[in-house]
Amino acid sequence: MRLHFTSARMVVAPLLLGIAVLALWQLAVVALEIKPFVLPGPAAIADQFFGNIDNVWTASAVTGWNALVGLVLGAIAGVLFATLAAVWPVLDELSAPIVAALAVIPIVALAPVLYTMYGAGAETARQIIAAIAVFIPVYLNSLRGFRQVRPVHRELMHVYAASGIQTARNVTLPSSLPFIFTGLRIASSLAVISALIAEYFGGPVGGLGKSITSAASSSNYSLAWAYVLGSILVGLVFYSITLGLEKFVSRHRPTP
Amino acid sequence: MTRKDSLPVTDAHAVKVTGVSRIFSIKKKPPVTALESVDLTVAPGEFVSLIGPSGCGKSTLLRLIADLDQPTAGTIEVFGKTARKARIDQDYGIAFQQAGLLPWRTVRANIELPLELHKVGTAERRSRSTELLELVGLGDFGDSYPDQLSGGMQQRVAIARALAESPNLLLMDEPFGALDEMTRERMQNELIRICAETRAAVVFVTHSIPEAVFLSDRVVVMSPRPGRIRSVLPIRLGGPDDRSEHIREDAAFFDGVSAVRESLHGTPDTGNARGVDTR
Repeated sequence: MRLHFTSARMVVAPLLLGIAVLALWQLAVVALEIKPFVLPGPAAIADQFFGNIDNVWTASAVTGWNALVGLVLGAIAGVLFATLAAVWPVLDELSAPIVAALAVIPIVALAPVLYTMYGAGAETARQIIAAIAVFIPVYLNSLRGFRQVRPVHRELMHVYAASGIQTARNVTLPSSLPFIFTGLRIASSLAVISALIAEYFGGPVGGLGKSITSAASSSNYSLAWAYVLGSILVGLVFYSITLGLEKFVSRHRPTP
Repeated sequence: MTRKDSLPVTDAHAVKVTGVSRIFSIKKKPPVTALESVDLTVAPGEFVSLIGPSGCGKSTLLRLIADLDQPTAGTIEVFGKTARKARIDQDYGIAFQQAGLLPWRTVRANIELPLELHKVGTAERRSRSTELLELVGLGDFGDSYPDQLSGGMQQRVAIARALAESPNLLLMDEPFGALDEMTRERMQNELIRICAETRAAVVFVTHSIPEAVFLSDRVVVMSPRPGRIRSVLPIRLGGPDDRSEHIREDAAFFDGVSAVRESLHGTPDTGNARGVDTR
């Protein structure tokens, strides 16, 4: 009973709020005669979105694929380096300045450099940018996770004369999974954002970023917003999938 | 799984500690002598408690026997082997103050963990864990997760896990330390029963005088700074069949408690609050 009540509140309340905001937005645009280049109404954006659904879909697929490739590569590299750094702490100390530097520079600023390296006709540069953006949170969170293993569990594995691989599989990895997935969840949004922003700096056309800029530069503001809506949806899909994975792997854990 | 019948004929000791010292050197601080020339032997099937105030080195001694730490001087033999060899051969089971269960594994999977690590087949694992769940009275909880269990139940799972490979030696570091008094006494009764059934030797670290007296064949009283054995007191409360709940009201039990307390405090016991827990 209570469960139904809370889930109804969790689903219905935000839905009602969303509808109310959209209605107010539409009302404001009509009543105050706001020009489309300032802010088009939701009806116009929806019209463009569904009218160009094929184009939005193709653009989302291009950007989404770049983000996915970056996410997978960055995540693998992040977990791998975190494993090495956990085994040899000296590696962590040596790489700390580099990781700090990577964490503070805006990765997309590298886009023009990478475009000249890999050619403006290839998607490689965008995938690399997404991968670098993903690497940092995955690496930092995984490393933190690997250090969360409880001493009693570590001693238990020592007492059982367990091999390194057995210890990793039975204790280290399960202990650090929640941390790795926190990193992945942050990284999933970063992957989409980085892949999309990287398109602003050049490279082949067809992705969401390029579509937004070209629609805006041809004064088709409602269409630009339709692509923005597409970007939001791609970001949401990435976030939801990683969140779902996180919930799945931690289903047998006490909620912190 | 049958009991290991690998007791060496040449050496009748379960544990033999000879002249063991352990000095902890911490940077920029004077070294701490946790143990100083400690000698102790534990016979197969014998229950020995280590008792003493904090810092007397009782946990350190247990960790040395378990090969979780190495002595600065002296030797430790477990069933005639080095502590390291005994650990690798899995000659002992261990239970810590924290149950230390893996929260992502079911109770049954936790008990099966050591068997799984040592490549015991699925069917054998299953039958052994069923047996152990019954032994610790958790037959209906095999599919539960540790966080669904009370502290006492978790500790029982940890004991079942320690017994999984039928060790001839059980090392226990204050396993009931975090439990309430009632649960604690019930767990002590169960431990007596389990030990009678498995015939394992036990080295048991505790803070509690009544607990040490109730469980042990011998109580080793230790003193701190540096950690030394002050005295070894034999306790004669009879075999496991006699050692039921009523023994806690028995004169022999109170005598044992007084003797351990006198040895701990170094003065005769004058108080009339006999049997009161002075942990």
